[in-house]
Amino acid sequence: MTVEPAGIGPITVKKRRGGEKALYGLIYLLSAGILVMVLYFVIYILIRGVPTVTPAFLTTAPNPIKKTVGIFPSLVNTLYIILFSLLISVPFGVGGAIYLNEYAKHRRLTGLIEFAAGVLSGIPSILYGIFGYVFFCVLLNLKVSLLAGVLTLTIMVLPIILRTTQEALRAVPVSYREGALGLGAAKWHMIRTLLLPCSLKGVLAGVILSIGRMISESAALLLVAGGSAMYMPKGSLFDQLASSGSTLSVELYRHAYSRGDNETAFGIAAVLLLIVIALNLLTRWIAKRLTEN
Amino acid sequence: MTMEAIRTEAVRAGDVRLYTEDLHLHYGDVHALKGINMEIRGHHVTALIGPSGCGKSTCLKTLNRMNDVVPRVRITGSVVLDGEDVYGKAVDVTVLRRKVGMVFQAPNPFPMSVYDNIAYGPRVHGIRRRIVLDEIVERSLVGAALWDEVKDRLKKPALSLSGGQQQRLCIARALATGPEVLLMDEPTSALDPISTLKIEELMAQLKRDYSIVIVTHNMQQAARISDYTAFFLLGELVECDRTDRMFASPRDRRTEDYITGRFG
Repeated sequence: MTVEPAGIGPITVKKRRGGEKALYGLIYLLSAGILVMVLYFVIYILIRGVPTVTPAFLTTAPNPIKKTVGIFPSLVNTLYIILFSLLISVPFGVGGAIYLNEYAKHRRLTGLIEFAAGVLSGIPSILYGIFGYVFFCVLLNLKVSLLAGVLTLTIMVLPIILRTTQEALRAVPVSYREGALGLGAAKWHMIRTLLLPCSLKGVLAGVILSIGRMISESAALLLVAGGSAMYMPKGSLFDQLASSGSTLSVELYRHAYSRGDNETAFGIAAVLLLIVIALNLLTRWIAKRLTEN
Repeated sequence: MTMEAIRTEAVRAGDVRLYTEDLHLHYGDVHALKGINMEIRGHHVTALIGPSGCGKSTCLKTLNRMNDVVPRVRITGSVVLDGEDVYGKAVDVTVLRRKVGMVFQAPNPFPMSVYDNIAYGPRVHGIRRRIVLDEIVERSLVGAALWDEVKDRLKKPALSLSGGQQQRLCIARALATGPEVLLMDEPTSALDPISTLKIEELMAQLKRDYSIVIVTHNMQQAARISDYTAFFLLGELVECDRTDRMFASPRDRRTEDYITGRFG
């Protein structure tokens, strides 16, 4: 018995691509929708906020007698909190990721730590606020202060930096490791000269995410760092950190909600938006500079 | 004379540089190398051939302890390099790998400049002075027949080179630490025929200064470039002999079947 060759037929067929086109159309529409929403959001905030942002607004403290509003104290508080939280969380997060990925032998334990980090990065920030208040403000007697805010936000962003660094380390090709070890490099040398430079972009992505989370934080900071910023920063850096003070997001909440002062609220929103954009550009620029060399 | 005495004699004469003795390797439950006794001679090319999964790459990696980083590996028996046991307790793996360099299957230049790739090994071993590094980089690139092609772009990223150039860069990088033995794990399997030819020509030059062990899938390549051939099958070393002799008159039936293309 002979087997007939299975016939598929001619390769030129009439195309039925109506469904495909509709799908493309939908995708374009949705993308355009997102773009329009973001642009509208940004432009609206800038239009309503920028007129309020005068040099005096940026460089003075609020003055109830003259009835002027200034955000300099909370601007400084915001930058302090971001800077010092990153100074603590980046070394610990990156170091922890290196340990978990490259050194830890106990799979069950590392799995547990990774699971904990995953849970921690998902819990609502007010819980960090309550924990921070009980632990840092009361138990460690730091009072309601910027320092307590720094430490609370540090533990809040630590899991983010830990996880993004771990992902970045995992993405380094095995062949790089083999190559370095094959040349006689010790493990730490390989990590320092090859794995870390290769995962730098991932670490910086974690830093950007962390900055975003810290700059938008209000609830937790209201509890641990305080709800007002009336005075120009004075005294030593430590004095400033030991005193209480609100950040821009907290101020924004206060002006918009408690006082109904929408002009100031939009001014602060515009400043926040510009800070976020500037920090993003800065981080990208750093990533570019560092990966070029 | 006992086998041991013969081996010792050969090492002293500068003939056998490296040998394995009753080498067994287990990956978890898998018995990947079964009692390998193999000799690698100085200033010759030794080819390890055999079908996929026969243990030839695994065997190569035991020679500079690259299997150390693989989890659940157990190794018994010994690998002896110039009279010292490679798996000895006091062995400094960094020095071992400086002496026994390695080139991998797919070109794996690091994402840095050509210069920094070559200088990576010397820097690992503590060389910092620019003038010394410059000299090593040039010498290594000349040694890997790549200098003329890259001398004007030492600062360019190594990943911008072609595949064949990248593999010669990796050879240069291995040469830069001043090795005596060079292990090559299928170094041309990811390359086009012209790049392959260049690397084969290079190996013929390199064996004047280095002892080369190459794993290859390609029997014609083994016949062209090697002086000695070791045939692996299912974790055993079936036969190890001079290449011309093995290809002309294999002693084992299985070797004959493999090199005549009856299986594999």
